[in-house]
Amino acid sequence: MPVIEVEGLRRTYRTRTSPWKRAAREVEAVKGVDFAVERGELFGLLGPNGAGKTTTIKMLITLLLPTSGRASVLGYDVVDDPREVRRRVGYVFGGDRGLYERLSALDNLRYFAELYGVSARDQKARIGELLELVGLTGREEERVEGYSRGMRQRLHVARGLLHKPEVLFLDEPSIGLDPVGARELRTTVSDLRASGTTVLLTTHYMFEADELCDRIAVIAGGRIVAEGTPADLKGRVGEGTVVEVEVFGDAGAALREVQTMTGVRSAAVEDRGHAQSLVVRAEPGAEVTQRVLALLTGVPVGRVATREPTLEDAYVELVGQTAESDAAAAAGEPDGVEDEPEEVRA
Amino acid sequence: MTPVGLLRVLALGWWFHLKMLARSAFNGVLQVLWPLFFATIAFLMYGLGRGDRALLYAAIGASVMGVWSAVSTSASGAVQRERWSGTLELLVAAPVPLPAVLLPITTAMATVGLYAMVATLLWGRFLFGIDVSIEHPLLFAASVPVTVLSIGMLGFLLSVTVVRYRSGWALGNAFELPVWLVCGFLVPIGILPDWVRPISWVLAPTWGVRAIRESALGGQPLPDLALCLLLGLVYLAIGVLAAESVLASARRNATLSLS
Repeated sequence: MPVIEVEGLRRTYRTRTSPWKRAAREVEAVKGVDFAVERGELFGLLGPNGAGKTTTIKMLITLLLPTSGRASVLGYDVVDDPREVRRRVGYVFGGDRGLYERLSALDNLRYFAELYGVSARDQKARIGELLELVGLTGREEERVEGYSRGMRQRLHVARGLLHKPEVLFLDEPSIGLDPVGARELRTTVSDLRASGTTVLLTTHYMFEADELCDRIAVIAGGRIVAEGTPADLKGRVGEGTVVEVEVFGDAGAALREVQTMTGVRSAAVEDRGHAQSLVVRAEPGAEVTQRVLALLTGVPVGRVATREPTLEDAYVELVGQTAESDAAAAAGEPDGVEDEPEEVRA
Repeated sequence: MTPVGLLRVLALGWWFHLKMLARSAFNGVLQVLWPLFFATIAFLMYGLGRGDRALLYAAIGASVMGVWSAVSTSASGAVQRERWSGTLELLVAAPVPLPAVLLPITTAMATVGLYAMVATLLWGRFLFGIDVSIEHPLLFAASVPVTVLSIGMLGFLLSVTVVRYRSGWALGNAFELPVWLVCGFLVPIGILPDWVRPISWVLAPTWGVRAIRESALGGQPLPDLALCLLLGLVYLAIGVLAAESVLASARRNATLSLS
């Protein structure tokens, strides 16, 4: 039986257009997602900003009520049994917020240990164990306001693990971390999975998802657009090739033509510091390099490389396709709202 | 949750939030200074041609003003600060019932208010030379904590609304000054219009300040004390009962976070 089961989950936000008017604008953040996560699995939820990842997690940890659909964690319904769910799950999010800055790490951990029902007898040992795990032993008496971003993030992880949750939700935990901090965090997450904890991870970093996740769901525009192992997803674009052209100038005009070129699946311009990179994903067997370079006549060009597709290529293609189809749907529906939201549960 | 576990959460939560208040130099200075300003205003108002007992009457009113201000504005502000700092979601995501999380925040504020009471009386005694002798010391000793706790419960009720409404913290500020007047902190409620009386009656500070005055100046504080305690318990019961539906509404309307 899956540890996390999500069926037709939807969430609509209502925002008032003015405090004096009753009229409200509705934004459908999650548009009916379905997925299941098995015990001990590390499941990744990937998607661009605003895709619905955090909203989905917040429904699963009982901070938001779904507008419709159902979800259960460890067999407990997130709407009907919120307290049972809260007892068994941990939640860690990325960024600077979520800690009591004026107090020490130890104060923070003791307080949350109490709130999460860690018995008085076990608290000291558990906190010591976690400080060791996240590398904060010896710094626990210092105020959090003096901590670096990485130390705060590690403290977040320790807080999320205080009550030994069976399921851990990690919402972009490595955001803003330096490479060493991010690597240490990946090791911690990997160890947790090895110890049997089920993990649901959201991240923008494809290499992180590729390295850690057993399975991945790509969410875009509030819908799951692909699901499978990292190898499955790469396989979707795996039969083609990717051409990367370093460009020192405006590649915008050429991009539009490349996108409509025969044999091209998708193309995008990515900023790479001092230059731009025109990334072209081509159909299997299609020779596009010379034709792309011909379109770039007059624009200074640097390195040109052809390589195998990565998870990032698969992700960009999936998200790009969804954005295009959403734009087409929106053009057909002037108000941009596809379905009337159902009544709110509970 | 076992009763012992609940008591631990309440006690440790209270200590945690008190510790946090003590770490803020800015808040600390304000909490030290405000009651002294209230007291000075009251002493100057009542000091003109009146005796020492009138000044003690004023001192008690000013001290309860300090308690109320600490709780009304600070308690709702404290919950709002939890939202700003991203901890409100973590508190709600914890398995303990929401009232057990909020009560320690407001009672910590009320404890700070206790300082206001002591500081006001000392300020009156040493700066204005007021005779602060108490007629019924035991009843006075009972009236003060009961009043502080009941005001804490009123603060708890306000903080429950802040969980649901992002601008709920403004309620605390909006109620601060009217309650000074309606509860008779500075002027007897007898001189207020008749329609104000029912509002005074349902506010625990009205009975709390009366109980403290009766025990200090001589009188029958017990009925006032009982009413103050009863109203405090009623606020607690309403807050506890409302917390679950308020939380469900916050989850439905996505008001736990800033975004």
